[in-house]
Amino acid sequence: MNGSLRWKIVLTLLVVVFGVAYLLPSMPAVQNSGMARFLPDDKISLGLDLKGGIHLTLGVDMDKALDNNLSRMGDDLKAVAREEGIIVLKPKVLKGERVEAILLKQAQQEKLEKLVKENFGNLTILSTAVKPDGKVTYVFAPTPEYKKYLTKLTMDQAIKTIRNRIDQFGVAEPDIRKQQGNRIQVQLPGMQDPERAIKIIGKTAHLEFKLVDENADLEKAQKGIVAPGREVTVIMHRLPDGSYIEKPIVLKKDAMLTGEYITDAQTRFDQFNQPYVTLNFNSRGARIFERVTGENIKKRMAIVLDGKVYSAPTIQDKIAGGRASITGSYTTEEAHDLAIVLRAGSLPAPVKILEQRTVGPSLGQESIDKGVSAAVVGSVLVLGFMLVYYGFAGIVANVVLVLNVVLILAGLAAFGATLTLPGIAGIILTIGMAVDANVIIFERIREELRRGLTAKAAIVEGYSRATLTILDANITTVIAAVILYQFGTGPVRGFAVTLTLGILTSMFTAIFVTRILFDLYTSKRAADAPLNI
Amino acid sequence: MGLQIIKPDTKIDFIGFKTKAFVISAVLILLGLGSLVMNGGPKYGIDFAGGIVVQVKFDKEVGVKTVKSALKEAKLPGLVVQSFGHEDDNEILLRTSSSEISSSEVRDKISAGLESGLKGTGFEIQRLEMVGPKVGADLRTKAIEALYFAVLLIAIYISGRFEKRWFAAAIMAGGLFGGITLLQMIGMSTTVLIFGALFITIGLCWYLKLNYALGAIVALIHDITITVGIFSLLGKEFDLTIIAALLTIIGYSLNDTIIVFDRIRENLLGKISDCLADTINISINQTLSRTILTSGTTLLVVAALFALGGGVIHDFALALLIGVGVGTYSSIFVASPILLGFGPSKIEDDMEEAETA
Repeated sequence: MNGSLRWKIVLTLLVVVFGVAYLLPSMPAVQNSGMARFLPDDKISLGLDLKGGIHLTLGVDMDKALDNNLSRMGDDLKAVAREEGIIVLKPKVLKGERVEAILLKQAQQEKLEKLVKENFGNLTILSTAVKPDGKVTYVFAPTPEYKKYLTKLTMDQAIKTIRNRIDQFGVAEPDIRKQQGNRIQVQLPGMQDPERAIKIIGKTAHLEFKLVDENADLEKAQKGIVAPGREVTVIMHRLPDGSYIEKPIVLKKDAMLTGEYITDAQTRFDQFNQPYVTLNFNSRGARIFERVTGENIKKRMAIVLDGKVYSAPTIQDKIAGGRASITGSYTTEEAHDLAIVLRAGSLPAPVKILEQRTVGPSLGQESIDKGVSAAVVGSVLVLGFMLVYYGFAGIVANVVLVLNVVLILAGLAAFGATLTLPGIAGIILTIGMAVDANVIIFERIREELRRGLTAKAAIVEGYSRATLTILDANITTVIAAVILYQFGTGPVRGFAVTLTLGILTSMFTAIFVTRILFDLYTSKRAADAPLNI
Repeated sequence: MGLQIIKPDTKIDFIGFKTKAFVISAVLILLGLGSLVMNGGPKYGIDFAGGIVVQVKFDKEVGVKTVKSALKEAKLPGLVVQSFGHEDDNEILLRTSSSEISSSEVRDKISAGLESGLKGTGFEIQRLEMVGPKVGADLRTKAIEALYFAVLLIAIYISGRFEKRWFAAAIMAGGLFGGITLLQMIGMSTTVLIFGALFITIGLCWYLKLNYALGAIVALIHDITITVGIFSLLGKEFDLTIIAALLTIIGYSLNDTIIVFDRIRENLLGKISDCLADTINISINQTLSRTILTSGTTLLVVAALFALGGGVIHDFALALLIGVGVGTYSSIFVASPILLGFGPSKIEDDMEEAETA
């Protein structure tokens, strides 16, 4: 045995050890045995289509986020201007990402513009119009840089909030990631109650405390006639049979307090075993809450979540200490979920579910079983065929084929790739195509033998001529697989990964490892001994 | 020595068969295209069209009609009920065309409808997928981009690798990119873009005399068109996994074509015959064993996948079965005759180029 062959064998054995070491942890029998301690932690992670679970694509309503932000900037502008003695009427958000503010006195125009320039660098003045009565209408728009910054900020906040909520919900290994086009992809393996998950993830959870206008005419309000500064919304009433009815209620528009001051939210039960949610405010929130309740004793305060009133209790006394509770009529589960969303904070903008895929666990297991049986049947057919057709060389091809599958699975585990149903199909397809390289080499060797070369010479010639062909043929397939990965999502990506891995490992096994086996086989034999191929 | 399917001295006149092959291919392509035109384009699954799909497993056999009548009350828009997977799986696939109603509403309506309409039959909702129209449109654009980039990159690789003409390949890439950008700028539809990309690629290959690439790409388009056509004829739907299958077919078809081309090139350099047609024929015969063996083993495992893989993967396996079959045929009967048709002058230049290189 010459030196280079020895090194090749060492390298191959190393690869085999690596393959087996990374494959074993994914075998259920090994996972529960003492062996697991000596093996790598990486396991093949199964895609949602195999494990069961929920895949969601959420779209963040960026227009709404921008409008909210513009409205806040408008309020700030008004407040800052007032400090400088400039009177600006309540700014209004216009369609098309603009905000309109009216300056009361034309004489202060220069002062206002200077103030905007100095304090609101994110706004540009789109137009000014002087009215006959001396008021000046300003229209502002955010700068493109600010819009970009805000988009990023909103996305990051939304992802953080959603992650918080899911963490508290207790899902193992959730996967939350940002996607193009203001989208968020959420994967919850094992989660079986999609409706509940969606409710928790999708709730904006914008909490407000508002005063109820007791004097408003409800009948008029229902027709849409309300006094300025008032709004009509609905209050939820739960009936004994569990269903809800919605009743109209009129509120004062300005919120006394919002959910941003909440530090904690918990579920509790009253003496009738009815669940309710307690809230803790931070010190600033507590001060505001104390003042507001003190000023409005005997009035009703509505607790509004995402525009719907949960409850509207009458304030009995000034509430100090920064604690409040939301009683209402809901189930324990609903109270629990409400506490989660309040604790995790509100989403910076509403989200919409664009895509939802739910797979039950039984279907996942069924897919694995069917995939495995297809793989076994396919492999046995191929192995049997190669053996019959090529004799000794067939055994060589079969050995490396098995090694190839081991390496693909080990590669999936080592690189943390996800095995999906199409991924299993990719492995099965690779089994069929993996023998291609061997077939090319073997056919070439047969040709060389027919030309009268000795076994050794035919092997050398066969390998050298076939290698480039194999490379060319496989690179094009890799190109297709890489593009598949680039443009595909979820399961399709899984397919692309296994296909790429399969091509790489099959080139190694079919060109490199088989050569070693042939060299070993011929090294001990006479130069003119026939080759069983 | 083991078995031999193809005897070493086999000399089948493949090139002589080219007229018949041309007719067969033309008929298949026209049938498929005709079906596409009749159906108003490919039939999109929910990945591309948007909508909701629900897979329900029953604990005993239920007919499609029974399920249909049980869900009549639910009034789901565009409800389609079809059996799914193997018969003894007792699985039914339901789909609605609208994604306007929420998935929870659909789930509730289906559960309620089946409970009241099929008393005594247990069922389980195994899978529910909802794709909104916007995501569907995005996925469609992405899929087409994927096919387009695959063809482009592969064309560049073949031209560079086979003819040592990376520069010409780069010109082609630039021309194609410029042409597509132009078409996009004047607001052409995706269908126009696909055909535009095809014509530009083929035109540039022809003009630049990138004959290997031309042969390979024509064969590839041939395979994709026939697979898509047969899918349309069978009334199958196109979803993301079918796109994955099509890209795999691209890879496989090229794989096959390149191995034949490689041998042609080698035999041209070795001046095995003065006549190009002869050289091509000899090359195809020499690689015939390999072609049949590889296709055979691949078809074996894909057939196993088709028969045993389960409902979700069924159409994917079918696409591969068709594609691998057609891909093998095209590498012999389509790609090589094209090389012959456009080839001689340029390939001889190439030989000199390669010799001097």
